[in-house]
Parts: sequence; structure tokens; C-alpha cells
Amino acid sequence: MPLIALVDCNNFYASCERVFQPTLRGKAVVVLSNNDGCVIARSQEAKDMGIAMGAPWHLNQRDYKARGVYVRSSNYALYGDMSARVMEVLKQFTPQLEIYSIDESFLNLDGISAAHTDYARNIKSTVQQWTGIGVSIGIGPSKTLAKVANRYAKRHHATGGVYALTDPQAQETILSELALEDIWGIAHNLARRLRAVGLNSPLDLRNSETSFIRDRFGVVVERIARELRGESCLHLDDVTHDKKSIMVSRSFGHLIEHYQDLREAVVSYTSRAAEKMRRQHLAAHHISVFIETNRFIKSDQQYRAHYGIDLPVATSDTHLLAHRAIDALKIIWRKNYRYKKAGVMLLGLEPIEQVNDGLFDRADNAGALKRMKAMDCINQRFGHNTLMLAGAGMQPKWSLRRAFLSPSFTTHWDDLLKVD
Amino acid sequence: MTFFIPFMSDYVAAGFPSPAEDYLERPLDFNELLIQNPPATFAVRISGDSMTGIGLFPGDIAIVNRALQATHGAIIIALVDGAFTIKRYDKRGVHVQLQAENPHYSPIVIRDDMDFEVWGVVTSAIRMLHPTMKR
Repeated sequence: MPLIALVDCNNFYASCERVFQPTLRGKAVVVLSNNDGCVIARSQEAKDMGIAMGAPWHLNQRDYKARGVYVRSSNYALYGDMSARVMEVLKQFTPQLEIYSIDESFLNLDGISAAHTDYARNIKSTVQQWTGIGVSIGIGPSKTLAKVANRYAKRHHATGGVYALTDPQAQETILSELALEDIWGIAHNLARRLRAVGLNSPLDLRNSETSFIRDRFGVVVERIARELRGESCLHLDDVTHDKKSIMVSRSFGHLIEHYQDLREAVVSYTSRAAEKMRRQHLAAHHISVFIETNRFIKSDQQYRAHYGIDLPVATSDTHLLAHRAIDALKIIWRKNYRYKKAGVMLLGLEPIEQVNDGLFDRADNAGALKRMKAMDCINQRFGHNTLMLAGAGMQPKWSLRRAFLSPSFTTHWDDLLKVD
Repeated sequence: MTFFIPFMSDYVAAGFPSPAEDYLERPLDFNELLIQNPPATFAVRISGDSMTGIGLFPGDIAIVNRALQATHGAIIIALVDGAFTIKRYDKRGVHVQLQAENPHYSPIVIRDDMDFEVWGVVTSAIRMLHPTMKR
């Protein structure tokens, strides 16, 4: 039986802020979206206070102040760097790591001989000590059950943040108590359709006839049912990402040495990520690129690096994102290394309709695409940055309201933590 | 198209294969020199003068490895009642003191009613000496 662990950072954005700002510990902390629009992340204390995700800042400003809530603007440079650190620590514990989002990763525990909960506790305390970030870990025979176990670990303090859902009896009990919507990949509409045929709980779905599910609901729901039985068959591409981040990364079939090849890979991952994002009608405010060598080839010189770039105006335009991705790649690429893997992550996602400048951000807008192309031609002919998007280089004040931005402690020399 | 030809520094010796032959020559890498454990390593800026006795001055960058256990005598970044401080870790038995390296400062004695945490262990420090260097 394969064994999969889901490691999920607790209240990730608030936790990143707290590593360098201990005054925020034990306090209600909220992180605001781009332009300080609304609440996109909360500390546990803020959740317990009943502060809702998406609460608009300008309407709640006074209330938060009165209740002693600490407010921070989103700092993607910091969160991206801390995320890369957490994932790097996790890689020490498994040869197979699938990064699912900025704060979640699946670890394949096959071949780990140690007792799996002990192993997970060791992972948890190592991540905590090395990076200062607290994580919860759920273990199960499939990704879906690992996710269920993770949820259980988060909600039940007695677990100490680690829970293995491997016992069949425990699986039945927990699946009977959950709502269908609590299961990964089951949204409200699908849950209603499942209930309409008498499947009222995840346990019902698990126990139903496979062929019936496939005929009626399609292959993805069939996979979810199989996963609930403990058959590992779900690919991360099957399920939509959380609304916090979109990640596309792949290992190369063979090691890549030349910049051109790496660039091609990064551009194609960027366009995949942008496609995924547009499908969810979202636009990104930050793009982060990483590259790494194969650490299992001990005789190879090792190198890994990541770099994130803030976009003054959120965009889902593939061309624009690809340009920024290449800018990031140019900064981190070093010659004479053999690269195994690259990835692109989009952060600071917001609904396209909310983006201030709606002219250039939709790549499905044919006019915008034509303008992009014309611009690219001119830039190629007369040199890079001859023509720029008005929003991209000049940073209009209205688009960058980040009044509560903490320093970029890990990515700017001028922003280092000051120690007396 | 440009190709990079790897440059091998070892001449080929007949008889014994050199283990160093496997390695390509690269420029000195200061990351390699200063960073033992990248995901656990952070840089902080020293702002006070309590450690000048061992050559740590305001404006210096201290490199901190959070993966190391603090042992007696180590230079650490500590959190004392919510404030960061850099000091020498002095632990004898269960008693912890944070020693300054400047006669103008007295040691901080950690009592039970204080919030105390080792944030990380300082492994090296960097100081820019020429006015053209960014700091």
C-alpha cells in the first residue's frame, strides 16, 4: 500500500510575518490582498474572532483597530521565499515531493522504514526549527485521504498536528462524519448532484459502484471515489488549485544545460499556469520562478535558486507573464550546471473583474493580444523596453497601495531584520 | 550558439585515478563558503554595539543558521520578551545568561518568568569596508 503525506503550513502568510515580527505572535493578524482590498489570510486568532475571508478592509478598518487586529499588506517576496525554504526542508525527507501550492506539498513515504507518525513528527519539528513555520501533516494511502487526515490533524489538538488515516475502521468513521464538500475536488454543485442520487456522505460515495459513478459523473469523480477507498490515482492536474497560488513544475526527461532550453521550459510552464489561471478567471500580482539541479547525482555540482517579481498591475496575459518569468530566469540562471527541474508559481491571485486596468490583462481579448504582438515586434527591433505597458514600468500610485507592507526580510539587503 | 567547454584542472596521472577529476573548476562561490544549510540560513543586520568586543559592529551582516543547536559559548540571535538580541549564549546547567561582548553592557539573566527563545545560531559575519560597497 503506498503511503502519502500532505504537509500543509498553518496560516501560512500570517506565520511568515510572525517569524520576523514576534510582536504578532498570539495576536489576531490579517493579510490584505493587493492594493489592500480585502482579507486574504488570517492567523488562527483572527479566524477565532470571526473575521471572514474576503472581508473588505475599508469597511472594517475601524472595527479591526478597536479589536486590536494587526494588519499587513501581502508581501509575496517574503511568502515566496519562505515557501521555497519549507519545500527545500521537505525534500530532505523524501525523494518524491509534489508541490501542490505555495503552502502544501505531497510527500511519497514509500520505502520509509520508520513508523510513519514518528517520521511525520520529525518532519514537522524540523520545518518548525529550520524555518519557523508550523505545519500540519496528514497521512493516508491516497492524496484525498491524506487531505482528509490533514484536516483532522488541524482540527483536533490531541493529534499534535500529525494524523495518519490508515486504519480502515477510522476511515469509515471519519468519512461518514464529513460533508461531501469537505472532500478535495467536490464543489457545491457536484455535491448537490451526488445527493440527488442518494449519495449523502463521502462514505456513500466511497461505497458506491464504480461503473455507476463513472457513467453518471465522469472519470474525475470516479477517481475521487477510488481515492476514498485508498487507491492512489488522482493527479494534481485533475483538481483545481486553491485560490491562493497556481503552480506548474516538471522534472525534465533529461538534464538541461543550455539557457535556451531552460528558457523554453520556463515559458511553456508559464503559459500553462496562465491558462489554468484564466480558466478560473483570475489574474496574478506576483510570479516566481525556480530551477534546480538533480541532487541525487552526487558527482554533479548542485545549484538551486528561485526569484520572484511583483507585477504592479495584476495580469493573466501569457506574454506579459512570460517576459517576467524570463527576467527572473535570467537573474537566477548560472552556466555549467545540469538542471533537472524548473517551476513557475503565480501568486496574489484576484478575480479578473477586480483588476484596475482591464485593458491589457485578458489574453482572450484579441485586441490586447494584437497590441502585445505589435509591442513585442517593436521591442525586438529597437531594443528591449522601447515600448512598455503603461502599468508595467511606471508604477501608478493607485495600483500599489500597500500601506502595511512588512520588510522583505529574506530578499532585500536593505530590509534585513535588525538585531540589537 | 555558444558552448561552454568544461575546464578540467587535474592533469591525467598514469596509474592512480584522482578523485578530483570528477569535479569541474568553478569560480569561488561565497554562498558555498558562508551558507551551510540554505533553507535554514537567514541574514540579519546588527544594529547595536553590545558585541563590538568580538568584532561585530552596527551595520554588519550576521549569518544565522536556525538548524544548529545553541551550545554554550555560541553567538546566538535570541528573542527575549519579544525583542531580538545578539549575544553569547552562556548555559551552565539549567541557568542561561546572555553575555554581551562590551564592558558597558551587563549580562541578561534569563529568569523563569521571561519569554526566551533561541531564534538561530550565528555562524559568520560580513562587513563592508570600502565606501563603494553597498551596505
